[in-house]
Amino acid sequence: MGFLKDKVTRRDFITYAGVIVAFVIVQLLVNTHVIPYSLRGQLVPVTCYIVMAISLNLVVGVAGDLSLGHAGFMSVGSFTGIVTAMSLASAIPSPVVRLVLAMIVGAVFAALAGFLIGLPVLRLRGDYLAIVSLAFGEIIKDLVNCLIVGADSHGLHVIFDMAGTKTINDLNLAEGGVAIIKGAQGASGTTTISTFAAGFVLIMIALVIVLNLVRSRTGRAIMAVRDNKIAAESVGLSTTKYRMIAFVVSAAIAGAAGALYGNNFSQMSASQFDFNTSILVLVFVVLGGLGNMRGSIIAAALLTILPEALRQFSDYRMLVYAIVLILVMLFTNNPQLKALIQRLNPRFRKEAAADGE
Amino acid sequence: MNAFIQFLFNGISLGSVYAIIALGYTMVYGIAKMLNFAHGDVIMVGAYISFCATSYLGMPGWASVVLSVIVCTVLGVVIEGLAYRPLRDAGPLAVLITAIGVSYFLQNAAQLIWGATPKNFTSLVTFPVPGFLAQYKVSAVSIVTVIACLIIMVGLMWFTANTKMGKAMRACSEDKAAAQLMGVNVNKTISMTFAIGSGLAAIAGVLLCSYSPVLKPTTGAMPGIKAFTAAVFGGIGSIPGAFVGGILLGIIEAMAKAYISSNLANSIVFAVLIVVLLIKPAGLLGKYVPEKV
Repeated sequence: MGFLKDKVTRRDFITYAGVIVAFVIVQLLVNTHVIPYSLRGQLVPVTCYIVMAISLNLVVGVAGDLSLGHAGFMSVGSFTGIVTAMSLASAIPSPVVRLVLAMIVGAVFAALAGFLIGLPVLRLRGDYLAIVSLAFGEIIKDLVNCLIVGADSHGLHVIFDMAGTKTINDLNLAEGGVAIIKGAQGASGTTTISTFAAGFVLIMIALVIVLNLVRSRTGRAIMAVRDNKIAAESVGLSTTKYRMIAFVVSAAIAGAAGALYGNNFSQMSASQFDFNTSILVLVFVVLGGLGNMRGSIIAAALLTILPEALRQFSDYRMLVYAIVLILVMLFTNNPQLKALIQRLNPRFRKEAAADGE
Repeated sequence: MNAFIQFLFNGISLGSVYAIIALGYTMVYGIAKMLNFAHGDVIMVGAYISFCATSYLGMPGWASVVLSVIVCTVLGVVIEGLAYRPLRDAGPLAVLITAIGVSYFLQNAAQLIWGATPKNFTSLVTFPVPGFLAQYKVSAVSIVTVIACLIIMVGLMWFTANTKMGKAMRACSEDKAAAQLMGVNVNKTISMTFAIGSGLAAIAGVLLCSYSPVLKPTTGAMPGIKAFTAAVFGGIGSIPGAFVGGILLGIIEAMAKAYISSNLANSIVFAVLIVVLLIKPAGLLGKYVPEKV
């Protein structure tokens, strides 16, 4: 195990090991029925959000571009994934193969969307980039809302319903055809084929891709562009190219997560992937720590379960969530409060020193 | 032609609401340099206060507007003092997430107090519209909105150009440290900016709900985002820019709804924003400051 002597490699392997251990424990708890039924339905969404957080962390944390439209890529992946899985239902009986295909197709389409959106978005920086990515997220939502898609023995039928007047009857489906996406209603009647195990595998794949990218020459270039654009340019790095690599890889991962998410529910509409979803994932990334994938995973898992755990507060739970969010930001970012915590607990002091390395 | 003019008037009055919100947004952004996502929710609170004052307390319309402006001004200052001031030196992301937290808080608090069922807001502005405007179906609210918007813009321009506080605001937006060295109380100036921005949000809330009468806890979210878009569109930090951006955004939205597709109206607005930012990265009236080594 000589390679584990390297500090960075060891850190990454601890992350992998942690995810595997967590998966085994949760799977055991599910098999022994310790986890209540209401929480079991949350397992696949939790894995999707973890993957989303890893993916957004690559853009926000590693590349330093504040994207507020990440749910758009999830949406693209989700609906292309649903169409793939549903239209191949008779051709490929195995749900596992269909799910894998759906995730691949979702990732490819989301990557394509990422590239097209990246071209204009990555010319901007800072708050302007944020508002334009938000705009693209909303545009994707509106466009998907206009889609009517069905499949029959002749192949796929797609209508782009701009005026909102057409229905699935306009698809002219042959006998035995199914309508998959029904405009603003979204996709309904989807066969749910996503599993917790698939979610776990996707987390591992996303982690391997992102961690290896970050530790590579390309990853160092991406971070150099983030830290100082002018200095990076002056040593010959193409700033747009490296930010684009991060953006497209991130979009692809988000697309795969979307495909997993979409195939987990029988009913899914584009309005579910709105600005609030993008913000939710951004909260995971910021609370977990920018550029820290392990932090993203933990934050995404905890914060998805937290509203469930706050059930006893019933109506007050989102209010409590909001207050917790504000307090965490204040306590981790205000110099006086940070100093106070460090005085109270010497362990934090050590961690703070370790962060400074 | 008649229909076109009607849509144009619609767009101008909707745009004036956006412009009032955008004016508040642009002031706050210009000085605090933060995306205040809670701004839209202050609009919602303002509308609820006015709604309660008229329907439960039986106050006259103008008094309910005054009350709602006072409540929102205080709310804005309290939010700034409790949530944003401690993060003055923190990174922009920390402030952004805190603003999102405040936004969640306001929405959920409103839901607890007033319930999730939409309230039917009765328009506060009713007077007979002069005949030459009535033929284009211009409502009384539209006239009041446009006039209010113009007064507010001119007032803000005068305020920032001539008063001591206004000059302090411009100094803070240029360079906080230098302003402090010149004896400007930066914290007080930022509080004042939030007070003005939130007061304007209250007025915008009342006008917005007089215009489209459905009032629920999430009412402010989309107008908030659109107003921010308007502020960026016109050049963020610039007062005439926010005005121009707001009006143009309203007209584009009304025209897109009428002639292209009502489903895609928001998308068209956002698409225009993207195109404008690509051609003029600092917005229509913004100053472009190139990055220096």
